[in-house]
Parts: sequence; C-alpha cells; structure tokens
Amino acid sequence: MADRTPAPDTPELRARWGSFEWTKENRKRADYHIAKYPDGRQKSAVMPLLDLAQRQVGEETETQGWLPLPVIEYVAKYIDVPVIRVLEVATFYFMYNMKPVGKYHVQVCGTTPCMLRGSDDIISACKKRGMEFGKVSEDGLWTLTEVECMGNCATAPMVQINDDNYEDLTPERLDTVLDALAKGEQPKTGTQEPGRHTSEPANALSNLTDMVDANHDYRGEW
Amino acid sequence: MPKVTVDGEEIEVPEGATVLQAAELAGKEIPRFCYHERLSIAGNCRMCLVEVKPGPPKPQASCALPTSEGQEIRTDTPMVKKAREGVMEFLLINHPLDCPICDQGGECDLQDQAVAYGRGGSRYERENKRAVTEKYMGPLIKTIMTRCIHCTRCVRFSEEVAGVDEIGALYRGEDMQITTYLEQAASHELSANVIDLCPVGALTSRPYAFEARPWELKRTLSIDVSDAIGANISLHSKGREVMRALPRVNDDVNEEWLSDKGRYQVDGLTKRRLDKVFMRKRGKLAEASWDEAFKAIAKQLKGAPSSIAAVAGDMVDCETMFAAKALLKASGSDLTEARQTGMTYNVSNIAAVNFNSTLAGIETADCILIVGSHVRWEAALLNARLRKAVKGGATVFVVGPEWETTYPATFLGNDLSVLNRVPKALGDAMKAAERPAVILGGAALAKGALAPALKLADKFKLVRDDWNGFNVLHMSAARMGSLMLDFTVPSGMADIAKAAPKVVLSLAADEMNHEPFADSLKVYIGHHGDKGAHMADIILPAASYAEKAGTYVNTEGRVQFAEKAVFAPGDAREDWTILRALADALKVNVGFDSFAELQAKMIAEVPALGEEGLADYGVLPKADSKAKAEGLIESYPIADFYLTNPIARASAVMQQCSAELLHGEDVREAAE
Repeated sequence: MADRTPAPDTPELRARWGSFEWTKENRKRADYHIAKYPDGRQKSAVMPLLDLAQRQVGEETETQGWLPLPVIEYVAKYIDVPVIRVLEVATFYFMYNMKPVGKYHVQVCGTTPCMLRGSDDIISACKKRGMEFGKVSEDGLWTLTEVECMGNCATAPMVQINDDNYEDLTPERLDTVLDALAKGEQPKTGTQEPGRHTSEPANALSNLTDMVDANHDYRGEW
Repeated sequence: MPKVTVDGEEIEVPEGATVLQAAELAGKEIPRFCYHERLSIAGNCRMCLVEVKPGPPKPQASCALPTSEGQEIRTDTPMVKKAREGVMEFLLINHPLDCPICDQGGECDLQDQAVAYGRGGSRYERENKRAVTEKYMGPLIKTIMTRCIHCTRCVRFSEEVAGVDEIGALYRGEDMQITTYLEQAASHELSANVIDLCPVGALTSRPYAFEARPWELKRTLSIDVSDAIGANISLHSKGREVMRALPRVNDDVNEEWLSDKGRYQVDGLTKRRLDKVFMRKRGKLAEASWDEAFKAIAKQLKGAPSSIAAVAGDMVDCETMFAAKALLKASGSDLTEARQTGMTYNVSNIAAVNFNSTLAGIETADCILIVGSHVRWEAALLNARLRKAVKGGATVFVVGPEWETTYPATFLGNDLSVLNRVPKALGDAMKAAERPAVILGGAALAKGALAPALKLADKFKLVRDDWNGFNVLHMSAARMGSLMLDFTVPSGMADIAKAAPKVVLSLAADEMNHEPFADSLKVYIGHHGDKGAHMADIILPAASYAEKAGTYVNTEGRVQFAEKAVFAPGDAREDWTILRALADALKVNVGFDSFAELQAKMIAEVPALGEEGLADYGVLPKADSKAKAEGLIESYPIADFYLTNPIARASAVMQQCSAELLHGEDVREAAE
C-alpha cells in the first residue's frame, strides 16, 4: 500500500505553500461546488475542493499535483471545518496525493483481474524504465503507484496516468504510451487493442446474445 | 412502543431503541467496544453482533439496528457465538500481547471480553502485528497506538461532547491511525476523559503510568472540589496516597465526565503539604507544638475574646465552616466570611445566587445569556451541557471579554450596561424562547451585576411553570455551603477588615488579601504551603478534601457528601478537630465532641444540609427596579485554568499543563 503520511511540516513547506490561495477561476469553481450544498452544509464540498486544490498545485508545479499541509489548512479554513477532519478525508482517498508526484503519475492496477491478465509484467516494465513505487523519477517525469481496482476489468490490464486510462496493455504497448508522453505527445487513451473500440467483447459475443438487437427479458429462463 | 422478543422473552422497548438497548433491557449483556451511551453510534467494532429475525440470515450489528414491532432477537445462538469469536479473533490479530506492561490491565474491555467471548486461540499466529508510531497527545494522555482497535470513541468524544475537533482517524483500513493534527497536545478542559472512554490501553493516563494496578486500589466515594460543579468522583488510593481520581456516573451532575483539573490535581495532595505546626518567630516560620500555638492564640485574645474572625477558602467543607462558626459564636464574634476575594453581593435570598435551572436542566434551555463568565474555565462540565443545549437548538449570548466557546455564541461586548437596554437580537431571542436562561458569573458578581440581572428575570420571564432560568455560576466548591451556613457578613471582607480583629482564622483561604490584617494574628488552618501559609503567623496543619469526610454543596444547591479516602500526612489533623481543640484553649464551649455530634448539630441548624440532593431555596426575590448595571468586565477571575487552587498549584501535572498548554512552552518529551 502506498505511503499516505503527509509530507513533513517543515519551514520550507510553509514558505513554499503558506500563501496558497485559489486562482480567480478556481475560486469561482470552489464556490460553485459549495453552492451545490444547502446552507450550513458547506463542509460537504470538501472532496471537490481538495481535488481542485490538488489540480491547482499541479498547475503550479506542472505535475498531477499533491496536497501540502498548508493547502489542506487553506481548504479547511475555506469551508470552516476543523483541519483534522479535512486531513482525515485527504489521507483516506488514494486520488489525493500526500507527497509530490512527477509530471505523470502512473497508477498501475494490481487487483485480481489485472493481475491475472499480466499487471506484474506492466509493473516490471515500469520499473525497467527507472520508476520506483512512491518516488519521483530523476527527470521529474514519473511517479509509480500500485492501486486497487479502477473498474476496467474487461480491458485489463490497465494503468491510469493522471486523468486518462490506458487499457489492454502489454509491456510493449505501455512503452509506446510512455514514450509518447515523454515526448510531450498525447497518445490515444482508452483501449490500446487495435480494432477494439471501448470495452466491447474482444471477440464474438459469448453471452446475453439475445440482447443484441432488442431488449430481452431473461427472467423466465433462469 | 414496539414489542420484541429477546432470547424468547417478550419485552416492550421505547420507540427508537436499538436492538442493543432492547437486549440490555431484557438483561442480556452485549459485548461492545465502539458503542457508548453518550456518544453517537459508529458501528465499526462489530463486537455487538446478534441474530435478528426478520432480516438477512446473517449476524447484525445490534448497536446500529433500530428495533421494530415483532422483532425476534437472539443473543445465545451458535451463530452469535461464532460471530463474536470471529470478531474478537480479528481484533486480536493486531493487538499486541503486552498486557503485563499495560496500564489498562485489570480494567480493560478487550481483556475482559476476550476472556468472555473469545475462542481462546488464534488462527493468525504467524501474522505480523501492525506497527504504529507513537502519537503525542499532551502531558495528560499517554498513547500506545499499537493497542488501538479503531473504535473511534475518542474521536467522537472530542467532536461531540468536548466540541474541540482535535482528534481524528487518519488513513484507512488496517492502516488507520488515531492522532491529533500534527501531534499537537489535546488542549481542552475535558481532554482526559478519552482515557476512560478508551476500551483498551491505547490512551492511558500519563501521570498515572505504571503507578498501580486497579485491584490494589481502595476506592472512596468523593466529590470534586476544583470547581463548584461538585462532580462525583471516586478517589483511588494505595496506602496513604491518592493515586488517581476517576469520575462516577451521576446524570444530574457530571454525567460521567470530569474536568482535567479535578482528575489530575490529586498528585498535588502529596506535595508542599503542611504537616507540622509552625509559628512565626522573629519574622521566620519555625516549627512549634500544638500547645504553643494554641497558647499564643489564647494570649492574643486575652481581654478581647470576641476579637476573632474566620475566613473560609474555596475548598472547605460545610462541617469545617460550621465548626469555625460555632467557635466564633461561643467567643462572641460573628465575623465570618467565605467570599475571600472581597465580593459583596446580596445573599439574603440564596435562590438569587443559585444555579436554579440545575445542571441537567440547562440542557433544555433554548436561549441562554451568559454574563461575565468564562464557562469553559469556571465550570468545564457546565460548558459541555451548554454545548448540548446549543446542539438542541439553543442560542447563546455572552457579555464579557471574548473566549473560545465550543459552540456558536454571540458576544455582546464587555459593557455591563447592555443589561439595562438589551440589544434587539437578544431581546427577540429571549422573547421567542420557551425556556430562557441567564447565567451570571463571578466577573459579573464582582461588578455588582446581581441586582440588575435580577431585573432580567421579570423582563425575560425567566421563571415559568417548572422552569427557573435565573442562574448564578460560582467557582468555589465551598460557596453554596457557606451561604447556607450564613458564613457571610454584608460587606464581605471589608467588614472583617473594619473590625480589625486580633485573630484572623484562615480556613485554607489562599486567595484573600492579607494587607488589611497586618496587625492581626493570622492563623492559617490549611493543608498546602501556598499564599495563605506564607502570610500566616501560626500554621495549623489540616486535612485536604481527600483526607476528611465532609458535606459540599454545588452551585445548583445540590448537597453531596464526600468520604475520607486517606489519612492526612504528619501532624496534620482534620479541620474540625483543630477548631475543637482551639475551643478548649480559648475556654469556650462549642457543643460537640465528635464528628457525628458536629454534623448532627449542623443539620439541626440547617436541615437542608442533612439531605443529599437539591436544596430548596424558595422563590427569587423581587428585583430592585432602580438597579442599574454599569462597568466594564475587563477580565475573568480565572487567569489560568490549571492553577486555581492550592492543590492544583502544588501539582506537578497541573504546572506542566499550564506551562505547555496555556503558555506554549515546549516541554515535549522525547518519544518513549
């Protein structure tokens, strides 16, 4: 499991992030999220706000972004919630990065379906390129994390890089994707299987065949 | 009211009761860790699993399941037994086997329930135990987080009861850790209650660490004297030393909480004690004998036997005050005063200076005006009640300097004249309220705000059918007792000073001003070498609250009796015996020779002191329509929550709390 401890509270961290504030657009977005909840329930917006903060940090550092303690404190103050409650949320969800990450946060799914379909090879392919779990690579481009199921079991194995999924991977296909990213190009997202569109059956339809043309009620046949 | 059957026995349960409560009503014990009567339901320990029909064919967490009509609850089936064994086995996977060195040993829920409901062995013996780094939570709470079973009682307590969100559960699943933000010390006045709540040894008492085992301790029922709430405590003593104070359950007074000061000042009982008679000889205090001391007092009074006054301190019991009063009466003096800091409010009607709503009743108030009281420091447990009232919909207004409330409150400034013409917001809220309340604190009493505040009783209609919303909040455990015993003179300490008595008996009065009594012989009858003893000419060592039986009356007029836990050190004697002996030396007759006789005489004079429970003070007096509130409340009487009385000032733990939590000194210890 990834190390979720927050980055240490050092004077340098305070100096760098102590003056964190929403940008003009993000303030608008933050207020939009808060306005979704009834009066007195502003604290319900804690998750979108943390995400927003992480993205803003990401823009400033040209990475996926992460949550330094002063930023967490800023969010807590913004919705008037004790900071420990916000820290609880931030440390609970894996989509919030508690430590700095590289420009591309490579999150490899290692849960059973992906594992059966070869996620171990994907991980070794990543490691071969110099990535290490929980570390930012020397060129500042990569951070590798193993995550739990991302819900792409039909197109396993998969990795999620920042906001995009890359599915149906083999070590070679992964290399192509990563090479493109390293060059600053945007590779095709989604399945990497030639000819496959999204998560439709890879070969011929094997079950629910009666549903192809029209809706079919199977209940009587069970 | 739904009818349910518990193990075949049909019972009726209150609407909204949970299955766990229903089982308890039927007399079935349900093991639990996370469920606590006074906290919200979390349902995360899974220890309370039972079988319920109708419902899914699997064990259900009874603490979080509401009862419904016709439910069939079973707590004795093989499924339940197996479920409990399974949960216990899981809990013990990560729980260390350090019971022999754990302070919770002997009073540990996990230990007890593992014996009662566990399977006696584990199938996870080769599993590595989880390692959790130690967390710092301040000078009172010692943490050993590997023992934590993630019940989150401490988190819920600090959020819900204390109202200070400082403890949280970080990370998730097996990695979950209980901590404060950046491991700052827990710093509210009720913080140590999480130690009692913790069902395992994860949060234990730091000052009490490795001091004693629960089965070695003698438990004595006592009353906390650190404030005027009169929290019910039990003093746990080993030999001649009080090892710790724990709260007792009393829903009318302290529920089951205790302020940190009441809990941790007990280590002061063994420090800076007066255990010998001292007399001032050539400007220096020197050891003396009782005889010498008594003779000196008698000599001073020669020719003017009635020139004697008595001032009572904040932690004195009623019996001591009565004995002193009897002694003075026999000598022909009536110079007795308990308001040692010089307050002079009118005490002709005690109902006007009583907390009439009662501590439990104030929870039901819907609009509360606090005048001149830092409630958090003056009565931490009342503050928890006020928080409950606010959670129930009450609005709170405060007149006085701002302090950090644990609930939303509107501060109306320092100027007492707002009582004459109340702001519209307050007036409207009070008008709309069904159970309005005013709480008058020490800072307001000192500014003479009692009479104008009484006018509010009419204005806001504070007194209604079965509701009296006029409250005075005292800070001294002795105050209401002294008023019931009529231990006061109209102009307070000024009257005593004007009389220029030849002898001033100070009954552990450490906050009084000694300057006006430069020419008097100052006799200090007390237990700690504090301010009073420094000024004294003669010191007669006496007993603290733990070392004598006595009657105390709390700020709501509740008469409570405390028992003697240990013997006083050295030559120190129980206060009444000293006064009785002094009566002989002064050749007067006080009319009692034993504690029982003294008590009987006191009860004969003030019958209310003989009955435990709320005393009846009658109705509020008519307000003086000419009374005007004026003046600014510049500060509250308590400057340092942890150091308000001689015992607390002698306590190393309270000193450390004061230094670290209030004055921000970094005295953090290295991780153990």
